[in-house]
Amino acid sequence: MKRWLRPLLLVLLLVLAIIAPLGQGNYIVYTLTSWLIFSIAAMGLNLTLGYAGQISLAQASFMAIGAYTTALLTLAGWHWVLAMPLGLILCFAVGLLLGYPALRVKGHFLAFVTLAFNTLVFLILRNEEWLTGGSYGLVGMPRPDFGLFSTMKQLPFYYFTLGITVIASLVMWGIVRSPWGRAFKALRENPVRAESLGVDTRRITLLAFAIGSVYGGLAGALITPLVQFIEPGSFGVGHSLRILLMVVVGGAGYFFGPFLGAGVVIMLPEMLRFTAGYYLIIYSALVIVMLVFVPSGLIGIGGRLREKFRPRREVRADMREGARLQ
Amino acid sequence: MSQLLQVLLSGLATGSIYALVAIGFTLVWQAAQTVNFAQGEFVMLPAFFVLVAMGYFGLPFLPALLVGLVLSVLVLGVLFKKLIAEPILPHGGITLIIATMALGIFLKESVKEFYSAEAQPFPSIFPNDPIDIFGAVVSLQDLFNLAISLGVVVVLTLFLNRTRTGRCMQATAQNPAVAEILGVDVKRMILYTFLINAALAALASFLITPVYLAKFSNGETLGLIAFIAAIVGGFNQIRGALVGGLLIGVLDNLTATYVTAQYRAALPLVLLIVIIMLRPQGLMGTSEGRSV
Repeated sequence: MKRWLRPLLLVLLLVLAIIAPLGQGNYIVYTLTSWLIFSIAAMGLNLTLGYAGQISLAQASFMAIGAYTTALLTLAGWHWVLAMPLGLILCFAVGLLLGYPALRVKGHFLAFVTLAFNTLVFLILRNEEWLTGGSYGLVGMPRPDFGLFSTMKQLPFYYFTLGITVIASLVMWGIVRSPWGRAFKALRENPVRAESLGVDTRRITLLAFAIGSVYGGLAGALITPLVQFIEPGSFGVGHSLRILLMVVVGGAGYFFGPFLGAGVVIMLPEMLRFTAGYYLIIYSALVIVMLVFVPSGLIGIGGRLREKFRPRREVRADMREGARLQ
Repeated sequence: MSQLLQVLLSGLATGSIYALVAIGFTLVWQAAQTVNFAQGEFVMLPAFFVLVAMGYFGLPFLPALLVGLVLSVLVLGVLFKKLIAEPILPHGGITLIIATMALGIFLKESVKEFYSAEAQPFPSIFPNDPIDIFGAVVSLQDLFNLAISLGVVVVLTLFLNRTRTGRCMQATAQNPAVAEILGVDVKRMILYTFLINAALAALASFLITPVYLAKFSNGETLGLIAFIAAIVGGFNQIRGALVGGLLIGVLDNLTATYVTAQYRAALPLVLLIVIIMLRPQGLMGTSEGRSV
């Protein structure tokens, strides 16, 4: 890609995101906002899955931690701007605590531990009524108000979310580009080699998971003022799976994969509305078919087409296998 | 005292069914490095095959069970391997794991939409009469379940250790490349593993569904418990999965009776985290010795 093309595309996308909700009804603006929020959650999981190569099935429970912390504090009169960071810190700490034992061992233990953790969080949210309101949940959380800029209406709240999404993406871009972020990639491509080059695999993976969880928390902190009603059912294992599939469908390991994946997962039910109850059946079948033919996700289709028409020059094809020796 | 015995026995009975699911899971994990996240749905589905055979084709119960078993082996064994595991495995383990998650959703939603969202009664193979053992009232069904599951585990262990095919399967699980060099038909052995897994899942389904009723969402808890049993017991051992399954069955019953029913579902999860922290290779497992 030409050097000036990428920034131009980004600016174009941003302009599109700014004008998209203008003149639309409340429902569409609401859907766009939740697309942004789920993109943030998926972006975090992309760091864990796409870059560090570990499966986390607890992104929804980190959203729950962010959402409930923000909700309880804002209901107690705190401003959102003060409540949100607390939720993020909590997510980071829980992420470290949870990831530490799971990442000590080889294999996909993190997947099981996070699966168990999500169920545990769901049980706590449902059973500890004094704190979380049980299955009735919490209602009436205020939206943040910045004096001149109030987000009570749907459109200002969209722009508020868009602003946060842009900041979160820039931070993520910084993380992925830093030498430290490149260590993630090295890790995913070849863990043995990465370790032999002095990368502390375990620490890096753990941090990737914890940072990914913080993004889940941020998404949760945004869901609270958007919906103004939270209950345990919105943070079950099924939702973690949904976020995971967003990352995979969009393209794990690609920076813009999560945005695409979240868009597909949020918009597809609208498009497949005529299929009524069969939506999930069709969707899961499509995911399996996609994994068989294009395992790198929708973004990967583009790359594959490009390679078909303009094959990359490969100096020594045998090196490709050689690098993978284990 | 008699209450404790009662709780222990029924815990063992449920635990032995968990063990069946966990063993199939362990076998597939060893042979194909596949963590099957649809394992719970694999146990949910066969009961519905039987219900369809009885309800739509009017078969009596026992032939319907046979049909259910054959269909399960075909669909969950052969088709699963040919259509999903085989084409996706070259793309990497994680891709396959995610595909099994999607498969789980697919099976669950299909049953919900095409059969019923309501729990269906499922006939029991054995009479449900209560009998009295040293003052403890235990259902005959529980005792039969326990006996059958343990019997199957013994037969399976004998098959894997004493027959030529079984040993070839073990060799494949330990080192496919070397097994291939030594003349083992690795692909066939992996297929056998998938078939055995499907048969075990079907058996577990027939034994546990009369207790839980047939419902599309049965797989969620069953799958999770089977993973936990496999990890707690030790991922690379059949007897590990057996111990893990029995342990979770008993502990689950004990907590529900004596500690808290509200957090009953939390116990296996806590057990999982403790085991991973203290003994990641599992209670019976041997360490694989590499951390990367």
